[in-house]
Amino acid sequence: MSSPQTQFGSLASYQKGGVEVINDDPKHYVFSNVFEVASKFGPYERVAVGKNLRYVIEAVRAEGNSPWYSANHDESVVIMDGEVEIHYIKPDSAQVPAGKEGAVKLANEPKGKKMGWVKVRRGHQALLPANSAYQFRSAKPGVLLIQSILGDCTLERWADICQK
Amino acid sequence: MSTATVVNTETQTRSLGYKSFSIGQFKFERDEYFANISYPGGRHIIPIDAFLRSLMRDVAWGFFYGTVNFDSVFGTINHYGTVEMFVGLLNESYRSANRHYVETFDSKDLKGVFEAMLDDWTNEGFDPFAAPGETGVPFGVKHGNNSKAIRRERIVAKRMVGLPGDLMLRNDAMGMKVNRQFADVPQDQPEVHAEPGFEKEVHAYNAFGYVSRSDVTWNPSVLSCVDDSQFCATTEEHILPITHGNDRVEWFIQVTDQIVWDVEDGKTGKPRAKVTMKAGDVAAMPADIRHRGYSPKRSILVVWENNDGSLPKRYSSGELAPYPVEF
Repeated sequence: MSSPQTQFGSLASYQKGGVEVINDDPKHYVFSNVFEVASKFGPYERVAVGKNLRYVIEAVRAEGNSPWYSANHDESVVIMDGEVEIHYIKPDSAQVPAGKEGAVKLANEPKGKKMGWVKVRRGHQALLPANSAYQFRSAKPGVLLIQSILGDCTLERWADICQK
Repeated sequence: MSTATVVNTETQTRSLGYKSFSIGQFKFERDEYFANISYPGGRHIIPIDAFLRSLMRDVAWGFFYGTVNFDSVFGTINHYGTVEMFVGLLNESYRSANRHYVETFDSKDLKGVFEAMLDDWTNEGFDPFAAPGETGVPFGVKHGNNSKAIRRERIVAKRMVGLPGDLMLRNDAMGMKVNRQFADVPQDQPEVHAEPGFEKEVHAYNAFGYVSRSDVTWNPSVLSCVDDSQFCATTEEHILPITHGNDRVEWFIQVTDQIVWDVEDGKTGKPRAKVTMKAGDVAAMPADIRHRGYSPKRSILVVWENNDGSLPKRYSSGELAPYPVEF
């Protein structure tokens, strides 16, 4: 008897389900697929695929080096496809105005103390700690799922990505 | 609706060996195949395997978010400190015939009765948290117990799994082995190069590997938090034993394999949609629905919750729309 095979998705190969309406509007389910979103948008465009009031989940195509980002609060990232390095810096000065929510894209690599780096692959989850700066580096296209708060970097393109 | 004075009596019943339980005006008895629920004005019967699987979730989750429907008639509604236990409250026929019945209890009192019932009614060899294909059956006269299995609870990371002082990573030595249906899920750990002093911030771990070692089904446990945003991962196989009625919007992120969800109206139970989710799919579950999932192969699902305690009132009052996004 063969072992069950776990089905993952990837940029190269994914299948999409959907909403079969009985008595409702499919838009109420805000249905999308992270691999499809990552395939349609540019590198490091942080596209919301989930929104729960002030909180968001962003699907991101990882390819090359990202801008440096910072946030006043923790974020997390799950690698859905590919292999990515994340480099961290503790900035010498605050990069984000107090009270501002969501990730902020920094103009340049901030001056500060190197905190370290991680190399993560599909299935790994990494912390993007509050008040740090971080950069993704991905030699090949990959897909990230970021747990964050709605902010300046969040793109809301619901009509483009969701089942209607 | 009545407010209960809690009376918990346990008496040995008949020759089957099971205790009966009562709280308020509800009385629970089990026989070889069924849980029998009596209340002022009627009685209700639920197959004992389905009842124990539902009871296990209600106990482990502390009544969870919103409504835990054991079936289309009986269930609980969490008011976070108190709990309503009902018959027919969310069933259109019972409601229209005014045959529904509800009592309110302090959460800790009802949880105490449910825990004792679960312990007494679960026989040796039956694990109500396990998939049917990996456990025995609950039927027959009382024989032994499975107290160890039923004491597992929903676990919650404070910040992220694997951080110092937070939930520990799972491994074979802890008895947390990779589930038989996730034998092909990679177990490698990321490279973590933290400079001295930053070990609590530069952090990563294998989340899919961690979840693949879960020994329970349909039991969302928190991997990471951003304030009240909780990533709750769970492994799903066979059928969600309860039909979960939302008191807020929640989101599903299908990580592996496939789940089909039946979605019904939260108050009436009328069908509204069927949602098929495959790996990488993301979908919202509106605040006014109930849902039940079917997972033919063990799958990994992230249930994304908003733990803000003000939400149930804001949704029920109409301040917030039941849908998360307008487009």
